[in-house]
Amino acid sequence: MSLSSLVFLAVLLGVNGSLSVTIRPEAASTDMSAHPNSLPETADEADTSGQVRVLELEETEEDVMATGELNPNHYPAQRAANVVRHYLNTRYGSPYRVFTLNRVHSGNAEDMADSGRKYQLEISVQDFISNKTEKCSAEVLFPRGEPQDSPSVQASCEELLKIDTKAQEEAWYQQNKNQSLVTAHLPDSYGHIDPGNEPLWHLGIVASSFIMLNESTENTLYNMAQVANVTQLETENDQLKFDYYILLHDMVSQEIIHWKLLFTWSPAEGVKVLQKELMPKCHHCETVEVIANTN
Amino acid sequence: MLYCAALCFVALLSAAEAATIERAEYDHYKYHPMPEITQWMTQIAQNYSDIASIEDYGKTYENRTISLLKIGLKTPGTKKAIWMDCGIHAREWIAPAFCQYFVSQILQTYKTDPKMEEMMKNMDFYVTPVLNMDGYIYSWKNNTTRLWRKNRTPGPAGCNCYGTDLNRNFDANWGSVGVSRDCCENIYCGKGAASEPEAQAVAEYLGKRKNDFLCFLTIHSYGQLLLIPYGHPNISAPNYDELMEVGLAAAEAIKEVHGMEYAVGTSPAILYPNSGSSRDWARMQGIPLAFTFELRDKGQHGFLLPEDQIQPACEEAYRGALHIITYAHDKTFGGASVTAAAALWTVLLAVGVTSASVM
Repeated sequence: MSLSSLVFLAVLLGVNGSLSVTIRPEAASTDMSAHPNSLPETADEADTSGQVRVLELEETEEDVMATGELNPNHYPAQRAANVVRHYLNTRYGSPYRVFTLNRVHSGNAEDMADSGRKYQLEISVQDFISNKTEKCSAEVLFPRGEPQDSPSVQASCEELLKIDTKAQEEAWYQQNKNQSLVTAHLPDSYGHIDPGNEPLWHLGIVASSFIMLNESTENTLYNMAQVANVTQLETENDQLKFDYYILLHDMVSQEIIHWKLLFTWSPAEGVKVLQKELMPKCHHCETVEVIANTN
Repeated sequence: MLYCAALCFVALLSAAEAATIERAEYDHYKYHPMPEITQWMTQIAQNYSDIASIEDYGKTYENRTISLLKIGLKTPGTKKAIWMDCGIHAREWIAPAFCQYFVSQILQTYKTDPKMEEMMKNMDFYVTPVLNMDGYIYSWKNNTTRLWRKNRTPGPAGCNCYGTDLNRNFDANWGSVGVSRDCCENIYCGKGAASEPEAQAVAEYLGKRKNDFLCFLTIHSYGQLLLIPYGHPNISAPNYDELMEVGLAAAEAIKEVHGMEYAVGTSPAILYPNSGSSRDWARMQGIPLAFTFELRDKGQHGFLLPEDQIQPACEEAYRGALHIITYAHDKTFGGASVTAAAALWTVLLAVGVTSASVM
């Protein structure tokens, strides 16, 4: 037993040096053995002029107007999947049911002659309130045309409706039928939302999903950044009625886009958008400024 | 005589207590405004004066001093180094929180963890908790400024808006892709390459020392991603394979903490093409391991990450960063601890030797 341990240790010590996963340090300036299409890395090539030879690389071809099988982690499939998420929230979302994209399992894109580009996706979405995850098959068609029409989505995820929120929705509906709720900043600057306001935050995500779905293209990736303002208006036809001021974030442009939304909701009817208005960016807020250097 | 000893003892106790109180008092799981961060840095440099010091390396547009904490065991000669910056983008509050957490972690663990001690001996850590101080302060101003991204340089003549996107302003394929020339937009790349004082500060400081740096980590949010150079879709880093391998392993390390998945790849593949990023600049300087961390979450809260997620977000990011840093260290100094390959061989040999001895 002890002899084999010794042998084993000796061999271990022997192989440790040559089998480590680390790469022996090369001279810092040249690494010609690396990717054949890469730029030679010399001190001169530190390239302050910004002029860099543009080379073609196999692995990025797929992402230029990606067609055929898609890498599920790359942005074309991810952006299309996000559109499916918006669609699902418009269809099934409520103050107690909101979906996030969990994962893209697979994706395929096809050029559809005159009509646009069609994506077929297998994704998982998660209701972030119940934490239940469900697999979905979906199709997204981004139409051609200037100005571009909204994408159209088909998805089958019937399992999602089985998340039972009827009792909570009904209770919240009854509780607020005769209220005039007013609140702001969901979440606040610290990411905080009062537990009592969470259904209003969820409702904001659902309602803004109508806008996000409408505005989405292959070159956008929307999330709701914040509900800036909520005003509950008088209940109309048994529907709760709300005026929301919403801030959307588009990951691709990194812009914050302001929308005003007038919509109704009830457990039976879900969200119905009455009016939406794109608000201008607040440039005038920034021009007259006295910056006190207090720090 | 006894009175003197008693006094000395009390003095010693208070000093120790004060040091521990400072450490215990600073809440790393809350967001801190700039003055508190500055004060914290001063405290760290005081409490750990043997291994930590503050270095001022530039000024913001609004004339604030940009500082970093340099942390490492004092050894003679020039040391290799690790760079970490947070808060290039003002609204990404989890990033400065992470830089502060990172510092507190390495200061705590080096005394008990021999690996960290070894790394502190061989390398210096340069951590800038908030690079875009003007922007960060502006994002704390009121509810309408919270989602500010850029710095606070006024726009050029004829354009009424403020701010340049610092992460499009570095001299790395500047202005070529993924930028806007409209000074009102959030990815406005500036009047010219490295036109912004904050970008210049980094370029000047690191430029002089670029051969010392093994690793460049720039911390952002949100998205749960580890992005490798370059931001241009047609340009690949010479060590792309290495960057992917290390990045994927770092993402594994992150996942082991709280199960969160971080996607790994180049910006143009995973997110969008861009140019003028600090990461690309660092890689072009020859710093081999340059990564952008996009921390939690994936869009649910986005920039407004709740304070009760600061701790888990920092814990997982720490493991990811540490993996990259350890790799960088071991590549240069040799791994003292058993590497993965050696571990595998251990198992195989154990099986082999056992069966051999049975026969």
